[in-house]
Formats: sequence, structure tokens, C-alpha cells
Amino acid sequence: MRAAGGGPSSYLYRKLKSRLMMGLTLAATVITLLPLFFVLAYLLSKGVTSLNLAFFTHLPKPVGEPGGGMANAIVGTFELIGLASLIGVPIGIGAGLYLNEYGGALSAPARFAADVLIGMPSIVVGIFAYAVLVRPMRGFSALAGGFALGIIMIPLVMRTTEEMVRLVPQELREAALALGVTRWRTTVSVVVRTAAAGIATGVILAIARVAGETAPLLFTAFGNRFWARGLREPIASLTVQVYTYAISPFADWQRQAWAGALVLTAIVLALELGVRWITRGRLKPLR
Amino acid sequence: MEPSIQLSLRTRPEPDPQATEAVTLPTVAAPARHRIAPGLLGDRLFRFSTALLALLVLALLLGFAIVLAMESRLSLVKFGLSFFTSTNWDPVNEEFGALPFVYGTVVTSAIALLIAVPLSLGVSLCMVELLPQWLAARIGFLVELLAAIPSVVYGLWGIFVLGPWLRDAVDPLLARYLGFLPQFQGPHLAVSLLTAGVLLSVMIIPYITAVCTEVFRVVPQTQREAALALGATKWEMIRMAVIPYGYTGVIGAIILGLGRALGETIAVAMVIGNRPEISASLFLPSSTLASAIANEFTEATGDMYLSALVELGLVLMVLAVVLNAAARALVTGVVSQGEGR
Repeated sequence: MRAAGGGPSSYLYRKLKSRLMMGLTLAATVITLLPLFFVLAYLLSKGVTSLNLAFFTHLPKPVGEPGGGMANAIVGTFELIGLASLIGVPIGIGAGLYLNEYGGALSAPARFAADVLIGMPSIVVGIFAYAVLVRPMRGFSALAGGFALGIIMIPLVMRTTEEMVRLVPQELREAALALGVTRWRTTVSVVVRTAAAGIATGVILAIARVAGETAPLLFTAFGNRFWARGLREPIASLTVQVYTYAISPFADWQRQAWAGALVLTAIVLALELGVRWITRGRLKPLR
Repeated sequence: MEPSIQLSLRTRPEPDPQATEAVTLPTVAAPARHRIAPGLLGDRLFRFSTALLALLVLALLLGFAIVLAMESRLSLVKFGLSFFTSTNWDPVNEEFGALPFVYGTVVTSAIALLIAVPLSLGVSLCMVELLPQWLAARIGFLVELLAAIPSVVYGLWGIFVLGPWLRDAVDPLLARYLGFLPQFQGPHLAVSLLTAGVLLSVMIIPYITAVCTEVFRVVPQTQREAALALGATKWEMIRMAVIPYGYTGVIGAIILGLGRALGETIAVAMVIGNRPEISASLFLPSSTLASAIANEFTEATGDMYLSALVELGLVLMVLAVVLNAAARALVTGVVSQGEGR
């Protein structure tokens, strides 16, 4: 930069340009937040007017009949989350503990695999679950849906567990070991207990993430217009139900899609915001 | 070992011969800070089982590759490379060419990056260089909320709000001023490549922004001060010190965003129209690799059809693995280098 007077390198020009560019970054911020505002505003305005008690208590009505609700889908979503947690939480926590507490030759490749799995398109997980469970079992099932969501949870829980137990002071481990406590008791009773709150919030964030997944459920849990009578039957979920209703040509279904989307978003945001509020933003979701 | 241990205070039992013998067994070297005398069955068992779980995660990734390759072998063998050069996606005659889906994926991802990259850079520079800490934290939180909204909700909003708005307000403007390009000619539809691309951009902005912000934050303060001391304005400081320092990390962030855009399924499937067609116009429907799987998988009759759809998934998986590995390598390099100072 020459500090010559006048022209494009004058101080005034440079200063104005700087102001302009910083103004543009501010504009970018506003533009970026607009969709958030509009999505939430439409969800509230269209969703609230479509919500009623029947939505939470009734089964879907056949095509053409107005009314009905998504009771089975709401319950189904929680059932799928439960199944997913049964798979994702123990495996994720165990593998995460290994990474930080033992950290053998396996940890670098396992960490890499987890990072890649976090970025894996969820539809691919759906295909995997279809090939591994749906076809051998000859049918769509809640089990397969939970399995697919559980796989998505594993790397998320694993990496947050690793981060959380890393924060446990080394002195605590040494103190326990010095008292003659065995290594595994130290890990379970001292390390995990100290990091329990962090691990739990990591699990909740992983649950929030899979609660909003649609793609891996399309051909695993599939969807069901009625109550699923067992884990080997197809089961409804809020996400798939919203998807089906949103792309349908029926006004009443589209209306219910907004209501379902509102309930779904409320569940997901409540989990995420609750965690952030409790941890005061120290723990951010992995993505 | 005593089966019931109520107190965590207890003395280590006398080393029995079995345990001392175990010491000589080859073990995976633990880091120095964890080194304790090995032995005790419980310890070995616990270590072994957690190692098994870590191995399971690794096996899962390999399992994905093997299962998808096996499931798509019919299509892999029959079509070979022509799978990617043929535009003929014809389930009735069992002829499958994936070029329309590749085209749809490339175009929507390109639109998404074109919009999301400058905006994300703007947001992260604004948060790191312009706004006070407390406000930046709140903005950062709102941007992250964008990533929390489920993609089916974005899809719903795309169908009923974004798509019609683009068709009625944006498409005519683009057609009027850029209509000399084939991309902006033809009829305007609410379900289109453009709608999908714009929706994707909204969905990937939080990812790119989060990484860029992290990268800009680790630029050493001394670099900024040096630029300012030489008389640089704020923008010149950003261009001379901040962006060059974080360049690799920004590239990593963009690759990460690209990975997300390629793999996004439901939101795209809802707004792209799902037609395996290659049309120059961005105002017309198309289909992507991911949306085709979502749309056709349950309707696939016949092994060849299913196999071809799984091959689309295989392509997605390979792309995701490559992009994620590259992005993580670039970003961790920059961030750990910055934090090491």
C-alpha cells in the first residue's frame, strides 16, 4: 500500500472500503439469520392453527376423511429413540472410554472412522440397515429403524464421551489408583462419574439429532397408519409422517404436516436448548 | 476379585501368580501418563471389552463399504463405468444410467456453495472481527440453531414457502437480467434445481460458519497487530493476516459443507421434483443421487433396480468418506497449529 494522496490508495478510499466490507459482513449475518426467522415463524403460524387435542390422541384417518392425528407417530418416534439409544449409548460410551482411557493402537483409526461416520449421509445408513436387517427379517420393522438411528448415534456419543472424560483431571485418576483401586473401577466409579453430566448431555444431543432424521427410516421403520403391535412390525415416526403428508396433494394432510413439523421441531429444540441452558453453552453438538 | 465392592477404598490384593504372569504378556502400550501395573482380571476384561467396542466402530465403517458393494454388485458388473455416462434411467427395461442424478447433485451442491460460502465467510468474519464477544456468542448460537432444525421441516418450508417465493419473485428477475444464459430460461416451477440449491445453502451455512469461525479465532493476535501496525485498515488486516493464515481451514470448511450438501436427502427430495432429467434450466425439476434413493427405494421391483439404487448410495458413501477425511485433515491441521502457539 502506498500512502499516496488521492486515487484508489488514498487513506480515505481505503478506510471507506474497509467500512463497506465490514458492513457487508454484517449484511451477510442478517441474511443468514432470515431463513431461521422465517422457518420458525411459518412453523408457528401454520403449525399452531393446525394443532388440536385430536392430533395428540388420534390415529391418522384414511385418505379423504378429515381429522385424525399423529398419536402413533409421536409414540413411534420415542420408541425408535429408545431402541436407538439401546444401541448407540453403550457402544458409544464404551468406545469413547477406550479412546481416552486406554488409547492403544486402535484409537487413531477408530477416531477416524467415527469422524467419517458422523459425516456419512444418513440415507446410506438406511441402505445398510435395510441390507443387514430388513431383508433377512423379511419386512420393515421398528427394530431396523432403531438400528439405523442407533448407528448414527454411535460416533456422536463416542466423540463427546471422549471429549468429556478428557476433561477429568488426571489427579483424580492418580488418587484413586494410589488408594489401590483397580483400573477399571477407577474408570467406572471416578472417571465416568465425574464426567457423567457431560456424557449425559452428549447423549441428549445425539438423541436430538436422530429424532429429526427421516431418510434412514424410509425403508427401515417404513411407517404405519396404526399402532405397531410389536418391534418386528413397521412403525410410524413423526418425521416420516410429516414427509408423507407434506408431499401429498390433500390440504388436510398438508395442514397436519405443519402441525407435525411444529411438534417435531419443538421436541428437537427443547432437547438442544435444554442442554445448552444447563451446560451454559460449553457443550456444542457434534456435526 | 471380591464380587462386592461397596467402598472404593480397598487395598490391592497380593499379586497372585496368574497376574504376575500376565505382566509378561504383550500388551498394547499405554501412554506414559496412564501407566500402571497391569494385571487383575477385571482390568483386562474391561479394557478388552472397550477395545472391542472401538473396534466395532471401525468395523462398522468397513461393514458399510462391504455391504454396499455386495448389494450393488449386480449393477456394478452389468453397467460398469457406463453407469456414470448413461443418461438412461429406465426401471421398466432395467437399464440404469446415473448421469442425471450426478448432474442434479453437482448443480444443487454448486448453487448451495455459491450462496453459502460468501455468506458463511461474512458471518464468521463479522463474529470474530467486528462484533463484541457477547453479541458474537448470541449470533453464533442462532446460526447453530439453523443446523438443529430437522431437514424434513426445511423440506416442508421449501415446498410451501421458499419454492413458490423463488418462482414468483426471484425467477422472473433472474430471467430478465440473466436470461441470455440457458440456465435462466424456460418455464418457472416451484420444484426445481434452484429451489433445492437455495434450500441446501441454508442448511449447510451453519457447518461452514462454525468451522470458519473456529479457524479465524485461532489466528494469532500478533498477526493482526502486525498488520495494523503497518497501517492496514481492518479489511486489509483481514485480507493480509486473517484469511491467509486460515486459508487451509476455510478450504476444509467448504469441503465439509460440500459433503453435507451432497448427502442431504429428504429436504432435497421434497423440493427438487424427482425427475431423472438433465435440463440446462435451473427453473426445472431434476433429481439427485440421494433424493433418487429416498424416492424410489421402496418402489424398486427386481434385484437389478434395487442394486442400481444401492450403487447410487455407494457413490454417495465414497464421496462422503473422501470429502470428510480431506476436510478433517485440513481443519485439524490449522486449528491445532493455531492452538499450539
